Amino acid sequence: MRLVVDLNRCQGYAQCAFLAPDVFAMHGEESLLYNPHAEAAQREQVLRAATACPVRAILVEDPDDAPDRVEEEGLSGVR
Amino acid sequence: MSGDGALEQLRREGRIVIVGASLAGLRAAETLREEGFTGSLTLIGDEPHEPYDRPPLSKQVLLGHASADRTELPRRHGLDADWRLGVAAAGLDMAARRVRLADGDEVEYDRLLIATGVRARPWPHPTEAELDGVFVLRTRDDAARLQRRLAASPRRVLVIGAGFTGSEIASACRERGLPVTVAERGAAPLVGALGGVIGQVAAELQREHGVDLRCGIMVTGLEGDSAGRLRRAHLSDGTTLDADVAVVSLGATRNTEWLAGSGLGAGPRGIACDAGCRAFDVRGIVTDDVFVAGDVARSPHALFGYQFLSLEHWGNAVAQAATAAHNMISSSSERRPHLWVPAFWSSQFGVNIKSVGVPSLGEEVIVTQGSLAEHRFTGVYGYQGRVIAAVSFDQTKWLEFYQRQIESAAPFPPEYSSVDRRPEGLRPVPADFPDPSLPTHGPSVTVSGYSPTDQRITFTPARA
Repeated sequence: MRLVVDLNRCQGYAQCAFLAPDVFAMHGEESLLYNPHAEAAQREQVLRAATACPVRAILVEDPDDAPDRVEEEGLSGVR
Repeated sequence: MSGDGALEQLRREGRIVIVGASLAGLRAAETLREEGFTGSLTLIGDEPHEPYDRPPLSKQVLLGHASADRTELPRRHGLDADWRLGVAAAGLDMAARRVRLADGDEVEYDRLLIATGVRARPWPHPTEAELDGVFVLRTRDDAARLQRRLAASPRRVLVIGAGFTGSEIASACRERGLPVTVAERGAAPLVGALGGVIGQVAAELQREHGVDLRCGIMVTGLEGDSAGRLRRAHLSDGTTLDADVAVVSLGATRNTEWLAGSGLGAGPRGIACDAGCRAFDVRGIVTDDVFVAGDVARSPHALFGYQFLSLEHWGNAVAQAATAAHNMISSSSERRPHLWVPAFWSSQFGVNIKSVGVPSLGEEVIVTQGSLAEHRFTGVYGYQGRVIAAVSFDQTKWLEFYQRQIESAAPFPPEYSSVDRRPEGLRPVPADFPDPSLPTHGPSVTVSGYSPTDQRITFTPARA
């Protein structure tokens, strides 16, 4: 599943790093490094982390609620 | 009333084309759908990939914590869009409202959004740039190539240019245990973005982490062996440096060449637009149907003396794309100005660097909290007696306060006391930015004719 963190908003509360440590990790005192592609097995943890973020900085695309993919929308004009 | 009818028709069955399928292009497309646009939507991107996120490329990806080819941006919802990926836009006919593609195809629009962004400025000597071991870092393909080479344990990495990208690359190299030399023409890393006072802190960080940092130095040549592999670099102090990897981090060039001759006010400094993201043509007249967003845009900001700001910031791409998309399908009275307060972050050598406002406008800087020596502080920049920007090293929690100070034009130096103020925070010091009067890459414009009806403007983009 795809995710992105708005690091302008992030204030290093580290809730995500506690709840989904395989995806989010603190790097130094307050920098957050995350994997923008989380495995499906991490789904529950990632969704919990996104919900727990005090500044709502985490955007997750839930594959169970996935929007259309590029292939389905027509690539390179071959619609 | 006919105007309202036309707008309704545009929203219902109009054709919107977005050139540039990265962060700004994607967010604009999402906003258009969210605001009820049901017409046809086409996204054109020169890279063959779906929109992906770039900030991880110089950090997580180089460290091997994330894969370069799994950085696609999450979608807020489906777009029902026609994606033309892997084919660049090659020309614009504003009169016929047509975008020409590199494969010869043409796409017609009622509203056009240009979000073509920037690309890495290449090493200026083409044959040296082609040496095996010379890299730039902008795209995910760049990141994948560089990450593979770093994983193969080169003997020494040379980073050319110590802006944010170069500094982050050096940080990743050190974390991987690789010997790294950074060559910076200025007096310190990050000096263009944050000034010399804060730049000195960045220099200390690099040296404490084992970077061989050389400031006031230019790389004058790259030398390869008979097999075309990079072997050493020649420096402006007459010395040479053995290195098998060089990463050219000399900033970015705006992707506007495809607009040459279109009549749009586009050149090496980007595409000028009004605060509502409508592009200017070369005559300085604002267009009705061409909009701009993201790194390629230059727009006047009311908070900063209406100066035209060009912001290569992640947050700017997101905010400006949303504003442009809204304005594209709104009547003039419903349009919004792009008033986002500039903000960016960088993570390097274990320190979280964040900024709000426009530090490079700052004449003076004062450390209001923490201490430079501890590499943990908040610095506030002043311009003509008001707070214009702030930067934090591992003190992000204070920045929102200073953003409000910037938005309310609070007096500088700050009159209030602040938590953890040290003796060094009692007086502002010159922020020490490089001389802004050094030559820039401005376009040349010539005017011919005498009466207003005869006057013609010829626009010649200067070379970047």
